[in-house]
Amino acid sequence: MSLLTIEGVWKHYHGQSVLRGIDLEVAPHEVVCLIGASGSGKSTLLRCVNLLETIDDGAIYLDDTEITDVRADADDVRRRIGMVFQAYNLFPHMTVLDNITLAPRKVHGVRPEEAEARARELLDRFGLADKAGEYPDRLSGGQQQRVAVIRAVATNPRLLLLDEVTSALDPTLVTEVLGVIRELKETGMTMILATHEMGFARDIADAVCFLEGGVLLESGPPEQIFSAPEHPRTQAFLQRVLEARRM
Amino acid sequence: MTDGEAAASPASAEDVEPVWTKSERQLRREAELRGRARRSISVATASTIVVAVILVVGITSSPGWPRVRETFFSPEAFVQAVPDVLRGILLNIKIFLIAEVFILVLGLLVALVRGLRSPVFFPLRVLAVLYTDIFRGIPTILLIYLVGFGIPALQLQGAPSDPVTLGIIALVLSYSAYVAEVFRAGIESVHPSQRAAARSLALTHGQTMRYVVLPQAVRRVVPPLLNDFVALQKESALVSVLGPLEAVRQAQIHVASSFNYTPYLVAALLFIALTVPMARFTDHLAARVERRQTGGGTA
Repeated sequence: MSLLTIEGVWKHYHGQSVLRGIDLEVAPHEVVCLIGASGSGKSTLLRCVNLLETIDDGAIYLDDTEITDVRADADDVRRRIGMVFQAYNLFPHMTVLDNITLAPRKVHGVRPEEAEARARELLDRFGLADKAGEYPDRLSGGQQQRVAVIRAVATNPRLLLLDEVTSALDPTLVTEVLGVIRELKETGMTMILATHEMGFARDIADAVCFLEGGVLLESGPPEQIFSAPEHPRTQAFLQRVLEARRM
Repeated sequence: MTDGEAAASPASAEDVEPVWTKSERQLRREAELRGRARRSISVATASTIVVAVILVVGITSSPGWPRVRETFFSPEAFVQAVPDVLRGILLNIKIFLIAEVFILVLGLLVALVRGLRSPVFFPLRVLAVLYTDIFRGIPTILLIYLVGFGIPALQLQGAPSDPVTLGIIALVLSYSAYVAEVFRAGIESVHPSQRAAARSLALTHGQTMRYVVLPQAVRRVVPPLLNDFVALQKESALVSVLGPLEAVRQAQIHVASSFNYTPYLVAALLFIALTVPMARFTDHLAARVERRQTGGGTA
């Protein structure tokens, strides 16, 4: 049984098709990496899963209930899904601790002491224990993104969506964020990552999907996609990535 | 240090510790800059004196000046009017302080109603749009006449008849329309990604507004809000048309009995004394917001 099923999803923006019939299944505890050039539809797909965008056709199921049903309660769906954004999107007027405990307290009805204890435990685990009282703009990009990940998992979501979470970071800060994601995988978190970090995708993913022009061209285990891609477009994309790295 | 920061300091920096003594070149540069600063001050002083002299000579040499000096700048009339006008301005202060509280509440309410999306609130949304359109369009003085003479004329049970109360109601109606627009601009200035982050955490529209959008919006609109309040402080004088003994009314009474206009000057000076500190405070806050946004920006 799969945790998330995406069936023939289409999405248009201003007359252009951004997603063209995407099919994808994600099993519990699985980590799926979406790769592809900018504008290939990776981010849009994640935003559709979190209902931040409405789809134009197809269906998405979470735990076998259709979440794209127009009668579905979007807030109820989002309670079960966590999301981390490229630009962190922390709330600048709240401390790190308040950023993390806001949703548990206001949405999930967790008592404040309990929410704070859980937040401090997570901060401690990811090496940010001393930052609980700081405001986001006093933190480095890597620290902010780690806080954003903690904020997203503080409510124990069924599924975590990560949208190019290292793209805005200084190369020296990328590893600390990737470390957090690696640790989440070990706890059995189901994740979908849109990423440009090919090495990391190869290392952490159970399945890699290559998107181009809104079409899921090829998917499979990372060894296959990275070592023996079948589709010529996948080969061309990986070739370009390889050349860019050599420069 | 739990982070990558510790690793960033290079080990070789300890060997060469550069010591700075000011070079000849830098000393010459600073001397030149000091010279320029002195010249700027002299030029500014000279031009200020010239402008002041032209103004004073121009006005005092005009044919009507002796007459103007007598009717607008009479020391006796000034001293005589001060106690009453001062008592009057206390009423102005009371009027705008009470009005400001209601304006903040009503303005915010109207701005929030305009942001509601549910179809249930459609009539409210229409009302809010109509309200801002209409009340921003009516000149404040007309609104004061309409409310001040119109409401008592209705002869409704319990409707206020006190001119101060009626004046406050008119000012609140007029200024809340402006303040609602200021709040709305503030709400819209919060980046959509903040809303997306809040919604992704399953906060409802109301919770997103209350915990994420409004706190950031309000901080940003404090300077323009205070600017509107500076305008309100002096416009409280318009209530005088309904008759309460505020500063302008008091001055008018003195003018009527002495045929000397100096009491108006007294009122004008008192209004300036009220608005200048407020305006400076607004500048100070605006500068602070500016520093926050540029200095604390992207980490």
